Amino acid sequence: MGSRASRLLREEEIEEIKKETGFSHRKITRLYRRFTSLDKGENGTLSREDFQRIPELDQVNFRGFMRTLAHFRPIDQDNEKNKNPSATEPLNSRTNKLLFAFRLYDLDRDGKISRDELLQVLRMIVGVNVSDEELGSIADRTIQEADTNGDGYISFNEFIMVLEKGNVDVEQMMSIWFLH
Amino acid sequence: MAASWGFTLFLCVLLMVCRGLSLAGEDPDQTLSSSGQVKALNPEIDNALSSNHGTTGEGGHAVEPITTLPIVSWKWHHVTTPYLVALWILVSWLCKLVIEANHHVTSVIPESALLICFGFILGGMIWAADKVQTFRLTPTVFFFYLLPQVILDAGYHMPNKLFFTNLGGILVHAVIGTCWNAASLGLSLWGCQMGGAMGDLDIGLLQYLLFGSLMAAVDPVAVIAVFEQVHVNDVLFIMVFGESLLNDGVTVVLFNVFDAFVSLGGPKIDAAEIIKGIVSFFVVAFGGSLVGLVFGLLISLLTRCTKNIQIIEPGFIFVLGYLSYLTAEMLSLSAILSIVFCGMCCQKYINANMDENSVQTVRYAMKAFANGSETIIFVFLGISAIDKVIWVWNTGFILLTLLFVLVYRFIGVFFLTWILNRYRLVPLEFVDQVIMSYGGLRGAVAYGLAVMLDENKIKEKNLMVCTTLIVVYFTVILQGITMKPLVMWLKVKRAAVTEVSLLEKLTNKMFNHTLVAIEDISGQIGHNYMRSKWKYFEENWMSWILMKPSARKKQDQVFDVFHQLNLKDAMEYVTEGERRGSLEFVRNENSIIDFKKKSESESFDINNANMSNDHGAMSTTSRDPIPSVSLEMHEQIMKAVREAEAINAHHLLDQHLYKSRKQHRHRFSRSHFDINRDEKEVQEIFQRTMRNRLKSFTSAKMGVKPPKTIVKHTQKEQQQKMPNGKSMDKAKTSYSGDEGLISFVHPAGIENPAFMPDLDPMDLLQIPPWLGESELDSSMVALSHRAQVDLPRTPSNLRRLAPLRISTRSTDSFTLENIPDTQQMDSDQLQPPPPPPRPPRDDGYV
Repeated sequence: MGSRASRLLREEEIEEIKKETGFSHRKITRLYRRFTSLDKGENGTLSREDFQRIPELDQVNFRGFMRTLAHFRPIDQDNEKNKNPSATEPLNSRTNKLLFAFRLYDLDRDGKISRDELLQVLRMIVGVNVSDEELGSIADRTIQEADTNGDGYISFNEFIMVLEKGNVDVEQMMSIWFLH
Repeated sequence: MAASWGFTLFLCVLLMVCRGLSLAGEDPDQTLSSSGQVKALNPEIDNALSSNHGTTGEGGHAVEPITTLPIVSWKWHHVTTPYLVALWILVSWLCKLVIEANHHVTSVIPESALLICFGFILGGMIWAADKVQTFRLTPTVFFFYLLPQVILDAGYHMPNKLFFTNLGGILVHAVIGTCWNAASLGLSLWGCQMGGAMGDLDIGLLQYLLFGSLMAAVDPVAVIAVFEQVHVNDVLFIMVFGESLLNDGVTVVLFNVFDAFVSLGGPKIDAAEIIKGIVSFFVVAFGGSLVGLVFGLLISLLTRCTKNIQIIEPGFIFVLGYLSYLTAEMLSLSAILSIVFCGMCCQKYINANMDENSVQTVRYAMKAFANGSETIIFVFLGISAIDKVIWVWNTGFILLTLLFVLVYRFIGVFFLTWILNRYRLVPLEFVDQVIMSYGGLRGAVAYGLAVMLDENKIKEKNLMVCTTLIVVYFTVILQGITMKPLVMWLKVKRAAVTEVSLLEKLTNKMFNHTLVAIEDISGQIGHNYMRSKWKYFEENWMSWILMKPSARKKQDQVFDVFHQLNLKDAMEYVTEGERRGSLEFVRNENSIIDFKKKSESESFDINNANMSNDHGAMSTTSRDPIPSVSLEMHEQIMKAVREAEAINAHHLLDQHLYKSRKQHRHRFSRSHFDINRDEKEVQEIFQRTMRNRLKSFTSAKMGVKPPKTIVKHTQKEQQQKMPNGKSMDKAKTSYSGDEGLISFVHPAGIENPAFMPDLDPMDLLQIPPWLGESELDSSMVALSHRAQVDLPRTPSNLRRLAPLRISTRSTDSFTLENIPDTQQMDSDQLQPPPPPPRPPRDDGYV
């Protein structure tokens, strides 16, 4: 089973993925098995049907799949400081994690969260018991709370500012242990 | 400082009085005090009474022949026990009062340490008077009357999510760590004795292990007391605190097992007994938790139907919590675990089921009980020390125990954390581990267990009690004092105090969902996955059974935060208004929207939109939750009007409002808190007002006074009433205040022909506050487009929500539908708004 999976995955591809995402060789082959099992159409991509709400996973090949998962790797505390600053930021850096989270809201990818986008997210997340009017005012209030420049949208910077201010531990919240 | 000395003096006097009372009672009879029996603080009334009555009490008032009718008689024995208990509680709490009077001291030395020191002083005073310690902490009092409420409070206020996230680590420390502590301490001491380090002691290996097991447990009371004042980060706190709570199961088992082994004697212990011991651990721990869970569910179920007995509904939590403790104790299960789980299990449901007032009552009463008994525990820990009987000094034994307790705690914590860290997402850092080890405080539980030892079986009981006390003092006082500097010095991550924001909460929730999804996608079952399954189960089954249907709605976290923020805003809004001397702006908006939470936020939105209009002020004020800019604006608008109004209104109120007699206001009732629902009074007010009005009306007809002013005033009067209502309650009051006034007017007002022309034309003629406000606003400041869109409760506003409701699924269809709608919305704005009385939630728009 394992051999088949790694046979399908070219060695150099694994190396590239490893470099980009920081996963170990073993993890990559393991996740590749998972990927192929999810891939019902057997065309090397996962389609939207499986992952309705994570826009990152819209039509992904294995490379993209790994890239997405890499966001959820915990940050290595020690390695972070030793790296030279010129190197590109790893996918699991704080900023990238935040950007990933931001894109979950930013459905139309215009770099800002509008009220309507927020409403959609709210409708999915908040329980069914809350009426639409209440949802609307929650959305209003949320935007107003974060919107420092008053344009009625939440930009990425504003988004970061809110999350920095509070004690939401983004590194912790956006990490899964076994993806270490 | 002078104040605290005054208090100390007062305390001394109190104590003397108390002594004097008891001596006065005892002198005529036998000299009870010399027998050294523990009279007070033994609220087993039966015992105390039987001892008193048997020896003295009966003679006090029954046997003596009565020669004449005594007008007053001195019946000290009648009240001795409860009196002394109450006095001691008072004295302990006064100690706390003295200590807390000076914050310079408490910021350096933790309160628990100071309380113990006060205990020393009080004990010294008693000892000086009696030459023997008559009061001390007995296991019965401690375990049955002082400990339960502290633990119940801990369980009830437990941050459940944090606790269960770290449950693995906590359990490992609580179970393995405690066993390790007990075994290592017992064995090492035994080894030292074999090596001859502490002279001639009559203690066997099993007795050492028994001693080790009672010393092993970290004490929840001491941990809470010390860590509450050092705000370390959540994870660290829950690790220490959770461990201290859960290791009780282990301690009880170890203690019982070794106690039994000591009784059995070495040779009779075989493999079967040891296996029984291990089995009994699981039974005791899980059984105790199960009892707690059952009682927790019972409480939750009960609070579903206590709506009609709101006054005593908080009592159920305490009674059933206590019962769960006693039941577990009766079944020889872990009582502490039982009451912890009881509290943890019921907290969510009772908070949702009960009335807001009851929830607050539970919260405060719980804290009051817990804090009170914690104080008593520490004071009595101090008092117990001043007793010559228990002090058996053995330098080697005591010092070695201290050393081993500390060293093995460090070794255990570091080793276990090293293992745990390999499986933790966020590893516990080195400094955290140091604090965890150093936070291994021993306390009253260990002392209570030590006192429970059987003197016949263990010859050196007093040495053990004395060593336990020293360890307790060492850990609570010395480690307690040095904890804060250590935390500072090691730069331990402290708990951040921040206010929650909606986006944060939302993002948090979103992260949770995402993590579950990712775990699912990558084919792993992690704890996020488990949590989502549990949540699903909980929401669909547990809540359904245990929660009132009406309460279920409020369970959404995001909505909850939203609600909280709105309440806070509303309060700030009112305070700000009051500070500025008027609630005019509130009133104006009140006439448009009822001050319900959601509408409130929209009105808030207008203000914000206004703010964004003038960008100069915005940069400084935009983060300010109080819409100060708009306040100012309103003030400018209304200033002239208001001054005149105020004068008029005051004048009118003086003239026309009937001032009810105060004693009517608070009727005493055991079952209700209602203030003044007296029909008669309301009627009286109404009639008086009417009479006044009629008078002025007739006089106006006769040309003495123009009626117009009255017409105007009545409206003012209604408005003026509002600030009074405001100050009483937060958001709802303005609404209810309105209603109240209407109800004053309506019942008889309609029948009164003289009055009708007064009221009705006024209502009709008045510009709808709706229109009035929007006109005022737009005349002063050009509203931004957004503000217009957000004008509260315009039909367009509601209609704008409609498409959202239709298209819940796809983005595209939504945006398509929205475009024409927004255009239409603009045209909607031009139409005159409908009359205000129409309820905002009209089904026609949905």
